[in-house]
Amino acid sequence: MRLRLPSGRTLVLALPFLWLGLFFLAPFLIVAKIALSEGALGIPPYAPLLRWTDEGVLTIVLNLGNLATLVSDSFYIEAYLRSLRVAAISGVLCLLIGYPMAYAIARAPEHRRNLLLMLVVLPFWTSFLLRVMAWIGLLADNGVVNNLLLGLGLVSQPVALLYTDFALYAGIVYCYLPFMVLPLYATLSKLDPVLLEAAADLGARPWRAFLTVTLPLSLPGIIAGFMLVFIPAVGEFVIPELLGGPGAQLIGRVLWTEFFQNRDWPMASALAVVLLLLLVLPIAWFQHVQGKGAR
Amino acid sequence: MSRRLGRLGLFLGVGYAFLYIPIALLVVLSFNDSRLITVWSGFSFRWYVALWNNERLIDAALLSLRIAAVAATGATVIGMAAGFALARFGAFRGRGLFGAMVAAPLVMPEVITGLSLLLLFVALAESVGWPAERGVTTVTIAHITFATAYVAVVVQSRLADFDRSLEEAALDLGARPWKVFLLITLPLIAPALASGWLLAFTLSLDDLVIASFTSGPGASTLPMVIFSALRLGLTPELFALATVIIVVVSLGLLVALKLGRVASARVGG
Repeated sequence: MRLRLPSGRTLVLALPFLWLGLFFLAPFLIVAKIALSEGALGIPPYAPLLRWTDEGVLTIVLNLGNLATLVSDSFYIEAYLRSLRVAAISGVLCLLIGYPMAYAIARAPEHRRNLLLMLVVLPFWTSFLLRVMAWIGLLADNGVVNNLLLGLGLVSQPVALLYTDFALYAGIVYCYLPFMVLPLYATLSKLDPVLLEAAADLGARPWRAFLTVTLPLSLPGIIAGFMLVFIPAVGEFVIPELLGGPGAQLIGRVLWTEFFQNRDWPMASALAVVLLLLLVLPIAWFQHVQGKGAR
Repeated sequence: MSRRLGRLGLFLGVGYAFLYIPIALLVVLSFNDSRLITVWSGFSFRWYVALWNNERLIDAALLSLRIAAVAATGATVIGMAAGFALARFGAFRGRGLFGAMVAAPLVMPEVITGLSLLLLFVALAESVGWPAERGVTTVTIAHITFATAYVAVVVQSRLADFDRSLEEAALDLGARPWKVFLLITLPLIAPALASGWLLAFTLSLDDLVIASFTSGPGASTLPMVIFSALRLGLTPELFALATVIIVVVSLGLLVALKLGRVASARVGG
């Protein structure tokens, strides 16, 4: 017997459907539209696509110039490629740090697991910006790490740590680590220990049992965790802006500059459209894994 | 065997050190008397006093708290409906699109969400005259939209692994579906709703990028004020603010953990 809500059902579905349709789906169409329009001086700073000519004929003015600039200007292409690379490396780093942690928590005595998991999540509940700020205090030229190195006499001058790729990766991994550990823990804790015992009984060494049993079975968690880090990191703005050097021109930062400093809304929209196209496949994959996990 | 556990413990130790050393640093430096952030010159509460007198930060914090409370409540209502539909309605027309709309905001880069919502608000203002100006309302709508996804996931996973025999028994005994929902389903998913609300609240409180895009003059949220202050350099006042947030959050989570234990014990966990 199934729970049925004949009249309420439509209502329950309509509320989120309409809300997300209006405020999540429809905006993308507008972004696409504005990406195709010309920049203009004024408020808002773009020209309408549909215009009346002097003879009273309605015409559509499509401007492919922004998209053409994107695919021909090496500055933008490099920003996209750099963003994808930084996000992928960050995802792998999070996996390398997060997997052993998730594994250890899943193997811990049951009454301790909640607390251990809570300790992973706790930093996530405190302000993201202020956690990024902590890394500035750690890595600045007059920061804690440099003071320590100078004090121990290991270096004679402050080492440049802040505004480097090192700071960028440290910041991203630090902020996104919980998103890796949680889905990994979810799959690892559901793993039946009987499988590992069976592998051991059949003569597999622990390391081999891990590679042939645990690792493949935790693959959904690995994929989900990687996507939860990779996809948002591609468009990350705050961390490259505050910790990365002037060379860390990732696409989120470029988009921000186009929008807020250059006030070029059509260009910012074109950047967003291409970014979205790059991420459609990963997002669809994530949703596929997510949907399977929930069922 | 014990050696292997020891190695796992080491991994955990290193991981927790990585997570907590920067936070410990914030707390310690907030009590530093010196204006130079990294030179320790004695214990002092002066930055807490300065924080208390910083009207700009306090106003922004109050504004952010107000937005977060409204946004979290809205997101909980819509997210509960979405999570319920995904967990219970089976295959319905448009499920694929619906599932995608619910899951995509979880990973959507903030710059895309922020820009697209701003452009929607501008287009709406031009065509229907609403919203007349951008500010608290537009930020709240934006926050409801992206936080809904988180609540939906929490509710959906809670509904996916819960025992439906109670609901079925009630239905067999002749209770109407809405009554079953109110008397049985809702109390059972209440912990999920509470954690979904808290999650949405925190996400809203924490958001810089989407708020920067969708806000207008005169409505600067706390992260927006912190960000502009950070661009001018670190100040110990911000460390004090971070410490206050950390203490409040830790206490809140501690209470939630205790309540959660009580709640799950009562349900028969």
